[in-house]
Amino acid sequence: MDKMPRWADVFLIPLISLLLAAIISALVIIAIGEDPVAAVKMMVNGALGSTYGWGYTLYYATNFIFTGLAVSVAFHARLFNIGGEGQAMLGGLGVAIACLYIPWPHWSLALLGAIFMSALMGAAWAAIPAYLQAKRGSHIVITTIMFNFIAAGLLNYLLVNVMRPTGSMDPATGKFPETTHLPTLHDLLTPLGIKFSKAAPANVSLVVALLACILVYYLIWRMKLGYEIRAQGHSESAAKYAGINPTRIIVISMLVSGGLAGAMAINNVMGEAERLVMNATEGAGFIGIAVALMGRNHPFGVLLAAILFGFLYQGGAELALWTDIPRELIVVIQALVILFTGALDNMVRMPLERIFLALRKERS
Amino acid sequence: MDFVTIIQVLDSTLRLATPLLLACLAGLFSERAGIFDIGLEGKMLAAAMFAGAFAAVSGSVWIGLLAGIGASLILSGLHGVTSITFRGNQLISGVAINFLAAGLTVLVAQSWFGQGGRTPSLMGGARFEPITLPFAETVKDVPIFGPIYHELISGHTILVYLALACVPATWWLLYRTRFGLRLRAVGEAPEAVDTAGVSVVGMRFAAVAICGVLCGIAGAYLATGLQAGFVKDMTAGRGFIALAALIFAKWRPWYALSATLLFGFLQAIAVRFQNIELFGFTIPVQFTESLPYILTVVILAGFVGKAIPPRAGGQPYVKEN
Repeated sequence: MDKMPRWADVFLIPLISLLLAAIISALVIIAIGEDPVAAVKMMVNGALGSTYGWGYTLYYATNFIFTGLAVSVAFHARLFNIGGEGQAMLGGLGVAIACLYIPWPHWSLALLGAIFMSALMGAAWAAIPAYLQAKRGSHIVITTIMFNFIAAGLLNYLLVNVMRPTGSMDPATGKFPETTHLPTLHDLLTPLGIKFSKAAPANVSLVVALLACILVYYLIWRMKLGYEIRAQGHSESAAKYAGINPTRIIVISMLVSGGLAGAMAINNVMGEAERLVMNATEGAGFIGIAVALMGRNHPFGVLLAAILFGFLYQGGAELALWTDIPRELIVVIQALVILFTGALDNMVRMPLERIFLALRKERS
Repeated sequence: MDFVTIIQVLDSTLRLATPLLLACLAGLFSERAGIFDIGLEGKMLAAAMFAGAFAAVSGSVWIGLLAGIGASLILSGLHGVTSITFRGNQLISGVAINFLAAGLTVLVAQSWFGQGGRTPSLMGGARFEPITLPFAETVKDVPIFGPIYHELISGHTILVYLALACVPATWWLLYRTRFGLRLRAVGEAPEAVDTAGVSVVGMRFAAVAICGVLCGIAGAYLATGLQAGFVKDMTAGRGFIALAALIFAKWRPWYALSATLLFGFLQAIAVRFQNIELFGFTIPVQFTESLPYILTVVILAGFVGKAIPPRAGGQPYVKEN
């Protein structure tokens, strides 16, 4: 019998962890001599108070949905993929190749091509650590960290020496052609009679991200492969006994994970920048860790957590613009969320379990 | 490459390898006791910021060093509480600590000094000054040996020599003392240590504390020895290179010295030469910079000698009833 009702596990624990992270963040804001209530007001106003704010919030959220799903798929197989950052960088390379070297007649076809190329590159970047984990027992956390740095070096080289247009000093590719520009939420919603800010970068990639949530849900909970991934995550020896090949599961779940992280590039590279620049991912691969932990590895949870982090990102940018609070406040909040929902899970869980056990005894 | 250039490159190798060596030995203590630590980077960063801030305000580099060690120890304590007391995931805790340090250092430095997340430039007694070893000036003009002694061996800050001294000290502590035997045992078979009546929790906290002190020195060296003051994100991945060196060294102290010297050499080459022409090929600087990571993956893959981590690494210890 479970020690706790399901709702407590799914909602109460993340909520308490979030609350703890919020309280400490507030203390940090007080410690640097600012007003936390005013800060929250400004963040809400800046991120959710206008369609412009929403456009940025949803733009960031789209990135985090992809990377959050990537981390959570790997988590289901009990693999910790810290390499989302590098995989997303390689995804950007895939998008750049698709957009620059193939003449697309229409954005919709370009989008399909870019999704394919970015997912392919992201998956390829995850494939080597996956193979090494499955076949040689090399710890996937260490190899994916190393691959993040190698990816940064590779992209740096390609942007400076190979893909930079002649005559340009900027280490970036040239602008993608007009036919590959994705419609923004403004373009999509105006025909429906909804007014949306023209300047905000949220685009059709958000729809792709939502579809990815549904697909991941089907994969993990409705397909045989997903069942095998979860079985492997619960107990490798039991899964092996049931005839599940661990090598196959490790490699497939990492390929899916890397593909999802890579596909993020359709949003930031194709949708927003419309060219590949240095450090295009801006740490979104790492935020995926916080998002997956907070979302309890469920696509719906990931969606909610991604929107929350999108709000924090846009709100934090507003704070940095109007107050003396630097953008790095968001990094602190992100760290606290990872700490409380990931590493200190037992600290929140153990007292709660005791309370629920005591309540149950009283009743019986 | 002439003789003078070689001496200069080796000289900067030694300087750049020092923080890597200290952080690598820090990780060695922690991981040998069964506590994975990917938070080396964060601890160094926090130490660098606090060392820079306290040295700037007090004017004394030693107070800065102590403050750096203190900051690093606090984060070590956090890692200990999450991974030993609450048996949390050590890797996730390390990731959290890295981000906590990355954010808080800028926040605190901005709030204290208002210089965009950096600490004021350090001068005079607020920095570690180079030490001239005895007779360095006298033998300066002796051919070959003179420059090697005067330029390469002499003229570093005290922390460089301290880091080098830490290598035999670590070896002695781990392999020649009872404490070291227990520390290694706790990382291989904690249940055996427990049966012998030694506290697994105590040993692991001790190892994590040593790790904190060494990371603190490494961070303080960055802000007060290698450079004059803290700047945002100044560790620049050194904690991860140290982690790579630790695997490269297969968790052994003397190998840690050679691994960090190799990686320090690669950094020195990258800083000095940018792209290198070798046998008609151009080796891009990005490749030299990525080489530590590539080498580590090759070692991890077991194609060139196998790196086997401590057996109980990463697993929280649960006492039997």
